[in-house]
Amino acid sequence: MAVPRPLPRLDSSNRDFWTGGANNELRLMRCLDCATFIHPPRPVCRNCLSENVATEAVAGTGVIATFTVNYQKWHPAMEVPFVVARVAPDGAPGVYLTTNIVGCDVDAVEIGDRVRVIFEQQDDVYLPLFQKIN
Amino acid sequence: MGASDAYITGIGQSEVGMKLTRHPLLLTLDAVREALQEAGLSIGQIDGVSTYPGRVPAMLGFSPVGSDELIDALGIRASWYAGGIEISSQLGAVTAAAMAVRTGQARHVICYRTVYEAAAMARPEEYPVPRRDRVDGGSQWTAPFNALSAAVWTAQYAMRHVKQFGLTREQLAQIALTGRANAALNPRALVREPLSMDEYLAARMIASPLCLYDCDRYTDASTVLIVSAGDALDEVSCTPVRIAAMAGSVERHSWDQAEWMACYPTGADLWSRTDYTQSDVDTVQLYDGFSFQAIAWLEALGFCEKGEGGRFIEGGKRIALDGELPLNTFGGQIGAGRLHGFGFAHEAVVQLRGKGEARQIPGNPRVAVATSGGGPLATALLLARD
Ligand SMILES: [Zn+2]
Repeated sequence: MAVPRPLPRLDSSNRDFWTGGANNELRLMRCLDCATFIHPPRPVCRNCLSENVATEAVAGTGVIATFTVNYQKWHPAMEVPFVVARVAPDGAPGVYLTTNIVGCDVDAVEIGDRVRVIFEQQDDVYLPLFQKIN
Repeated sequence: MGASDAYITGIGQSEVGMKLTRHPLLLTLDAVREALQEAGLSIGQIDGVSTYPGRVPAMLGFSPVGSDELIDALGIRASWYAGGIEISSQLGAVTAAAMAVRTGQARHVICYRTVYEAAAMARPEEYPVPRRDRVDGGSQWTAPFNALSAAVWTAQYAMRHVKQFGLTREQLAQIALTGRANAALNPRALVREPLSMDEYLAARMIASPLCLYDCDRYTDASTVLIVSAGDALDEVSCTPVRIAAMAGSVERHSWDQAEWMACYPTGADLWSRTDYTQSDVDTVQLYDGFSFQAIAWLEALGFCEKGEGGRFIEGGKRIALDGELPLNTFGGQIGAGRLHGFGFAHEAVVQLRGKGEARQIPGNPRVAVATSGGGPLATALLLARD
């Protein structure tokens, strides 16, 4: 989409997630003690309260858990339709990422579809979008 | 029931419209006056104020009047007050007030929700939307993907239901059709024309599977509920409605979930706090900012199994005014306007008092459920007329 997206303000907790795409990596926060993934990323594990947490790169593939086709122009410049989805990344149980499914017709998207991350850079942010694996 | 319980006594509502010019503080006053008159109370007997979400400077149309401002503006001597967004949802302001009166901190609490979104959008010079350079907090996980509205977030729960459980558009339509049919009988409703299935099915999509008629719309209004202490009921002239149980639970404060929503633990927790059961309930007033949320609430409250909500309302007879479980008898937010949560509790009280006039449900209703919220936000109230 040519229209600029709202971008996140980067901080110490979310920077790896939003800039991992510079190295083509989808980086998620994980507890080094109990292996729970922590998303949104925070400096503590929600499962065991360990502060021993760090980001790690996951495979970058995943499954569409649910989606919607957005038809409404929420502002005049918005280009519609497009797909908003919640993707469950492989290897990161319990994590769902809101994202866009790109590179296919909006009617070609289904729950359960396998997808792979591609990154769209805007300023210093690398947005993890997903496209279907054929 | 008794002195240690909390009751809803006076209820009030301002004019409901779009692009109103009356000041939002005065709309709030209109609703306060109606509630005071109904309860036979004077403003001097009010000693508490509770609201959701408090004044929101970045979105004044969303919430233009804070509890502190109302206290000062109306000369209230408050021994307890609260207003904030970090609570279980809109009706969390009522559960907070109920706890205040049950712990002796106040006797009569004005709970209110004032919305001014249509007016604010029409008058941006007076209600400016501050420009933000970057998004922060929870919205950073949705806004960069142009998931800019709760319609988009909610649509994804609904789509999961479509694909996992077979929810059809005709089933989903029953929330809007029921609400619009009931709104036609409610003189204060924002939209007073009934909606046909053909019109519904022909409507443009907002975010699939939600079409235009699955969404509420910006409304200007104020709704007030007075919560009174059980030992202060001798000061009140209207029939009190007891808050028999209340709940507002959350496990993941996140919209990024496949199926989990806060209504599910909230519904279960509500029934764990009362001897009433679903079969005692005469009417349900369930949050329908987006139609699917009311279906999720029906499941969450155990009126049907998870996944069965669509089939439960199929054809609409069961949830109609003369059905076995009348739903959103005032029109819901889709019909009556985006009163934002408070309309559901207001209507539950109207029905339990038999004051619904053209939309009054038959029989002698004594027990109602009112809810607010969607996604990670959920509050449920079980209300009883003793
Ligand atoms: Zn851990």
